[in-house]
Amino acid sequence: MWAYFVSRLAIAVPTLFIVTVIVFGLQHLLPGDPALVMLGEDRSPQAIAQINREYNFDKPVPVQYALWVAKAATGDFGHSLRTRKPVAELIAEKLPVTIQLALMSMAFALLIGIPTGIVSAVRKGGFWDYFASVVGMSGLSVPTFWLGIMMILFFSVRLGILPASGYVSPLENFPANMQAMVMPAFVLGAALAAVMMRHTRSAMLSVLRSDYVRTARAKGIAERRVILRHALRNALMPIVTLGALQLGQLLSGAVLTEQVFTIPGFGKLIVDAVFNRDYVVVQGVVLVTATAYIALNLMADMAYFLVNPRLRG
Amino acid sequence: MTAQAAAAFGAAADPAHESRARRIWRRLWRRRGAVFGAVVVSFFVAVALLAPWISPFDPIKADWLQVRKAPSAAHWLGTDEIGRDLLSRMIWGARASLLAGVVSVSIALAIGVPVGLLSGYCGGWVDHVLQRITDALLAVPFLVLAIALAAFLGPSLTNAMIAIGISTVPVFVRLTRGQVLSVKVEDYVEAARAVGNPHWRIALRHVFPNVVPPLLVQATVSIAAAILAEASLSFLGLGQQPPNPSWGKMLDTAKNFLDQAPWMAYWPGLAICLVVLGFNLFGDGLRDALDPKES
Repeated sequence: MWAYFVSRLAIAVPTLFIVTVIVFGLQHLLPGDPALVMLGEDRSPQAIAQINREYNFDKPVPVQYALWVAKAATGDFGHSLRTRKPVAELIAEKLPVTIQLALMSMAFALLIGIPTGIVSAVRKGGFWDYFASVVGMSGLSVPTFWLGIMMILFFSVRLGILPASGYVSPLENFPANMQAMVMPAFVLGAALAAVMMRHTRSAMLSVLRSDYVRTARAKGIAERRVILRHALRNALMPIVTLGALQLGQLLSGAVLTEQVFTIPGFGKLIVDAVFNRDYVVVQGVVLVTATAYIALNLMADMAYFLVNPRLRG
Repeated sequence: MTAQAAAAFGAAADPAHESRARRIWRRLWRRRGAVFGAVVVSFFVAVALLAPWISPFDPIKADWLQVRKAPSAAHWLGTDEIGRDLLSRMIWGARASLLAGVVSVSIALAIGVPVGLLSGYCGGWVDHVLQRITDALLAVPFLVLAIALAAFLGPSLTNAMIAIGISTVPVFVRLTRGQVLSVKVEDYVEAARAVGNPHWRIALRHVFPNVVPPLLVQATVSIAAAILAEASLSFLGLGQQPPNPSWGKMLDTAKNFLDQAPWMAYWPGLAICLVVLGFNLFGDGLRDALDPKES
């Protein structure tokens, strides 16, 4: 197991190194002097000198990178140009909101995607299979933000039963938090449910054709038991791994969902930072997202290794 | 009918003797989803190309006497918050969306395919380095990377297309590399190597043609993803800039008028869904039609 872990780590570490190079390189895409662009209106010599000192713009690029990455490794991503708050603090404030949104969306995706995928595979070629594939394909084609707008139109504007926007901490008022989060979580989970449905269907179809399922059926075991105990248990492994990998993609969707429902999360942080020209925050958010994604990948690989006897040799 | 013509007709009709292109076309045509997708995509392409001639009004000019009018005989899809005709903006918006889809995927193909070919064909440290760069790009969620790039490049449709294109590159690198790895050990490639063909010739003449079919399928599906990404970036204000029409930007404006003018939100979203669905269905059909295991 350790050998496998080290081999995966040997891939993850250089990947993370290249991510840091890319994220650091982003500021060099800015047209002109980065210090001037970052400063915006206030271009006094003192302000320029301070930002040059803080971000080492007066030093050669490799030195700038080394100093930046050394700070980032200790969790210091610099200070927001707008609020002067540490970027790490801003991220720590916003991340729990997005994690709650992502987990609720994942729950929706699993609850919708896996049962429909199973039904679709079991009734292959029938009405439910056709219906599920149409719904699945539509789920992949509907833009998250449009689905959000349509749900606001129906549930908030027409029926008035759910809030159109806003966020309440679950620690302050749990029912109000659920009311505010249920619609965004469904919207974010819908596309993932479609992906889950397609993967469950194809995993179940390949498992249902296998010898041990045929044997189980030949032994006279009830069909429901064959599907749920024999087939699904084995089909679930790749689906769960996919689920872990999709958590990173949920962050992409969260950017749009949080924008539509005005939820003060990680996604809204990056969008607001873009419009405030707060490039330090943008860099911090991208670096944290990529690091989290690489860590999740590593964990998914390890989980897959632990549950798959063929990999353990 | 002459004997020759009859033989030719027989060959065309006999599935065992028909050309590969014809066989793919026949399989594609048999799939209702793919045909529907092709019709939808063709419709939007025609709308985008004919925009200057079929657009009933100027898509940019405000008309303060027609502010937020519901769909009517004069304005089939209604008007927006400054009286612009929504149908005209939808028609011109199709141009931005399709252009973004095609240009972004072209950028991704132009970078991703040669890199993937090089990575898969050379192997060794070249492959190792290129794959780690690909991993690094894949580690940043697609839209987050596109937002970051668009933010640093500056908000415009061109920069959004570049950002989406660069974010899509890893998909094509991975796909091309995977195909090359499986093709380069085939007997005919070994034979080409044995007769002394130079590497570039083997890679381009013998390996590359076998990589094209899956690339075609991926490109079709990636256009759908790029259209969604462009709409997302425009929705966030990082794509097409006002007053130029874009479906994503139209939705961004519409969300502020849901109570007074809900129709503003219907059409752009519906159009994005349809065109993305069209490309996805066509891509799915193309994948099945190109699959040699399909009878």
